[in-house]
Amino acid sequence: MTTLNSKIPKGQLENKWTGYKASQNLVNPPNKRKIDVIIVGTGLAGSSAASSLGAMGFNVKIFCIQDSPRRAHSIAAQGGINAAKNYPNDGDSVYRLFYDTIKGGDYRAREANVYRLAEVSNNIIDQCVAQGVPFAREYGGLLDNRSFGGAQVSRTFYARGQTGQQLLLGAYSALSYEINNGNVQMFTRREMMDVVIVDGKARGIIVRNLITGDIERHSAHAVVLATGGYGNVYFLSTNAMNSNCSAAIQAWRKGAFIANPAYVQIHPTCIPVHGDYQSKLTLMSESLRNDGRIWVPKKKEDAEKIRNKQLKAKDLKEEDRDYFLERRYPAFGNLVPRDVASRAAKERCDAGFGVGNTGLAVFLDFASAINRLGKNVIEERYGNLFQMYEKIVDENPYQNPMMIYPAVHYTMGGIWVDYELMTTIPGLYAAGEANFSDHGANRLGASALMQGLADGYFVLPYTVQNYLSSDIKTGAISTTLPEFDAAEKAVKDRLQGLLSIKGKRSVDSFHKELGKTMWNHVGMGRTKESLEKALVVFKDIRERFHKELLIPGTTEGVNIELEKATRVEDYIDMAELITTDALTRNESCGGHFREESQTEEGEAKRDDANYMYVGAWEYKGTGEMTLHKEDLNYENIEVKSRNYK
Amino acid sequence: MDFTLKIWRQENAKAKGRFETYKISNISSDCSFLEMLDQLNETLVDKIEIPICFDHDCREGICGMCSLYINGRPHGPDDDITTCQLHMRKFKDGDTITIEPWRAKAFPVIKDLMVDRNALDKIIQAGGYVSISTGGVPDANSIPVSKKNSDLAMDAAQCIGCGACVATCKNASAMLFVAAKVSHLALLPQGKVEAKERVLRMVRKMDELGFGNCTNTGACEAECPKSITLTNIARLNREFIFAGILSEDKY
Ligand SMILES: Cc1cc2nc3c(=O)[nH]c(=O)nc-3n(C[C@H](O)[C@H](O)[C@H](O)COP(=O)(O)OP(=O)(O)OC[C@H]3O[C@@H](n4cnc5c(N)ncnc54)[C@H](O)[C@@H]3O)c2cc1C
Ligand code: SF4
Ligand code: FES
Repeated sequence: MTTLNSKIPKGQLENKWTGYKASQNLVNPPNKRKIDVIIVGTGLAGSSAASSLGAMGFNVKIFCIQDSPRRAHSIAAQGGINAAKNYPNDGDSVYRLFYDTIKGGDYRAREANVYRLAEVSNNIIDQCVAQGVPFAREYGGLLDNRSFGGAQVSRTFYARGQTGQQLLLGAYSALSYEINNGNVQMFTRREMMDVVIVDGKARGIIVRNLITGDIERHSAHAVVLATGGYGNVYFLSTNAMNSNCSAAIQAWRKGAFIANPAYVQIHPTCIPVHGDYQSKLTLMSESLRNDGRIWVPKKKEDAEKIRNKQLKAKDLKEEDRDYFLERRYPAFGNLVPRDVASRAAKERCDAGFGVGNTGLAVFLDFASAINRLGKNVIEERYGNLFQMYEKIVDENPYQNPMMIYPAVHYTMGGIWVDYELMTTIPGLYAAGEANFSDHGANRLGASALMQGLADGYFVLPYTVQNYLSSDIKTGAISTTLPEFDAAEKAVKDRLQGLLSIKGKRSVDSFHKELGKTMWNHVGMGRTKESLEKALVVFKDIRERFHKELLIPGTTEGVNIELEKATRVEDYIDMAELITTDALTRNESCGGHFREESQTEEGEAKRDDANYMYVGAWEYKGTGEMTLHKEDLNYENIEVKSRNYK
Repeated sequence: MDFTLKIWRQENAKAKGRFETYKISNISSDCSFLEMLDQLNETLVDKIEIPICFDHDCREGICGMCSLYINGRPHGPDDDITTCQLHMRKFKDGDTITIEPWRAKAFPVIKDLMVDRNALDKIIQAGGYVSISTGGVPDANSIPVSKKNSDLAMDAAQCIGCGACVATCKNASAMLFVAAKVSHLALLPQGKVEAKERVLRMVRKMDELGFGNCTNTGACEAECPKSITLTNIARLNREFIFAGILSEDKY
């Protein structure tokens, strides 16, 4: 049986990573050219890893679903990226960023990983600036910072409301440079369908060419999955349409563990749901909470009048408004972490104070900021977000407060990795949102971009090389090995199997059904009953999926329904993983809120005595899994209950 | 709302395409254009017909994956938006809407409304970067940049690589796209070092890939969802002439 060894280096927290780098094994330049690395995914994590490993001299092959690497979901990140530069001289440091991240994650992340993340955060900003990423600047020509939830310092670097775009274009430019140099080969419109394991090691992948429909084999000495998060299990989320969890699920079925799947981040500031034809939800960046104030009416009558359009929000008197975050959490106010803000909004709406036609919305109001700073300043800071809002909702947010509601946004859980970002399968790595590593039970704003780039630019180049040092004599891996035959056959059989169901229901109809169950039973508030009920529903959905699914067309050429079908089939597994993990973890922590475990004031109540561990799940056949626990030890931080009051 | 849709259908790159007409009803005015197409596709799947193939991903105007020529305009009848940000409230009940793929020599159709825009990546690979590898770079604040230039660089860097500029141009020129990248980097000290090689290589690559010449019609600026301005093309021309004069290497 696989056991969990996190391989955390010995020594003092501050010296672990330096020590690791000093003692790792290296591969000399001529040998690097004999070694192939596959990277799946071209988001921040994948593109940065590919360009770095390519520049070092390894032969890199990189894959993505979209028509261009620049379109990976990372492009959509809005708000910013954290680093411990302390440019504003407000008391920030590597330790403080480390501390805030562990605390923000509700003491469910590994100390050593998080410290390393904080340590390399500054290198990321240097790297990006050198690439020409146009971060916002002050009049003196130096870089500007803003604050994000869960921090009392300004450490967030940003490029208007398009930070992810600019960072990804930076990584994409580095990738393009290496493609031009011949060190990296790019494969677009390819979907990984399986990992190939030879003698216990990851040695390649099977992909489907999404244009021709051909099934292709690619071999390598190591494989990195940088395939993003699994938020789309919920159908409606802020993720892009092509975001999916299939690569993670393939790896899981081959023996990689999935850790902490229950930790899903519900983001407080998204545009509310408005119709059942809706295909996705749109985020309004957390940075808006720097200047926007969140409120609902104090009186239910007023809320009802606003819902019925008999009263306008801006006409409601100041004393009749309940700025509930400022009221409940005076120290952090509107800048409490996301999980806290989301639950507070849900609480008000459930109690009947919500606005919007569904009653499932709260206000995010810029009136006082516009009065204080002027419309110009607000426009400069958030112009593109305001435009985006107006295009969708058809209302001018400079004049009327925005309406927002929480939505599924990010997944802290993911493929279990050790300190080297290696999964439980030797030679298989996971990076970026696809792994579980750094955010514990809740991620702070502007930290996903930091983690993706840390993994790709500054961690994997060292750890992958360390592993590959034992492969210098292996020679190229042949794609005609029986393991490749078997994997290819399994993929072809699977696709043929789905096509031959010939039922009467579309893939999307199943996805919507699954998503609704997830949101209602495994969403912001979870109970033993709701979770047990969900598990029964998922079993039923899987059975009906395999009886009633309808996919027009064949495996040849573009087949968009077939593409969606394998993903939805995998979402069912992921739904069971999330729910089983949530059921097992009978405590509330970060994004995981068990209603059974709360204080009298309705705050989340952790149970450190019983649950201070990483829950890593091993695949045991369809619908079956077993739990492995990795204990968390805090040696450099005092574990407290999170307090943002 | 009810609509009549005339949609370009083409099995694959080699097949001959044709317009097909579809009716769709009960569409909410708050629905996005792509969600309207999703609903049409659901009805096609129910009838065991092949759904309409179109590119899309983020559905919030940033990834550049969506395309579509709608009633003769790339990204449809609204300004400063991408197709995924277009909403049905921009149309009148009962309208007939014509939907075509991007049409340009450098963007061959793959299927229906989906085209191949790989050429844009190739142009970037020819020089749209600062030639550095990971590590060994100076502290970020050791490279000051005036706020003005930084803002102008950001204006240009907002290009999402959608190709609407090419699709709308009668010459199918990619000049606005190239100019956006050249400007972004030429405005920053980090990019200045190789500015001249960059502009020559990118322009040469663009020509090589079958994009047409720029004759300054300005159609690209009008249709660009990210408001990339013609000033960037002027800047590219300056850089290009300057680089041509100074160039010792043959590009
Ligand atoms: C709207 C929005 C705003 C955000 N804003 C911020 C922010 O301001 N700050 C912050 O820190 N974080 C933010 N985040 C989170 C952050 O953007 C993501 O967590 C991060 O970008 C993920 O990067 P990644 O490289 O791990 O994966 P992704 O960018 O999701 O890339 C995944 C890649 O994998 C490929 N892929 C997936 N499956 C397969 C497969 N089977 N075969 C082949 N290829 C595959 C895809 O094609 C893609 O290239 C935001 C997220 C959203 C949704
Ligand atoms: S310049 Fe404008 S139209 Fe052209 S690719 Fe860029 S964003 Fe699209
Ligand atoms: S789908 Fe991303 S820009 Fe339209």
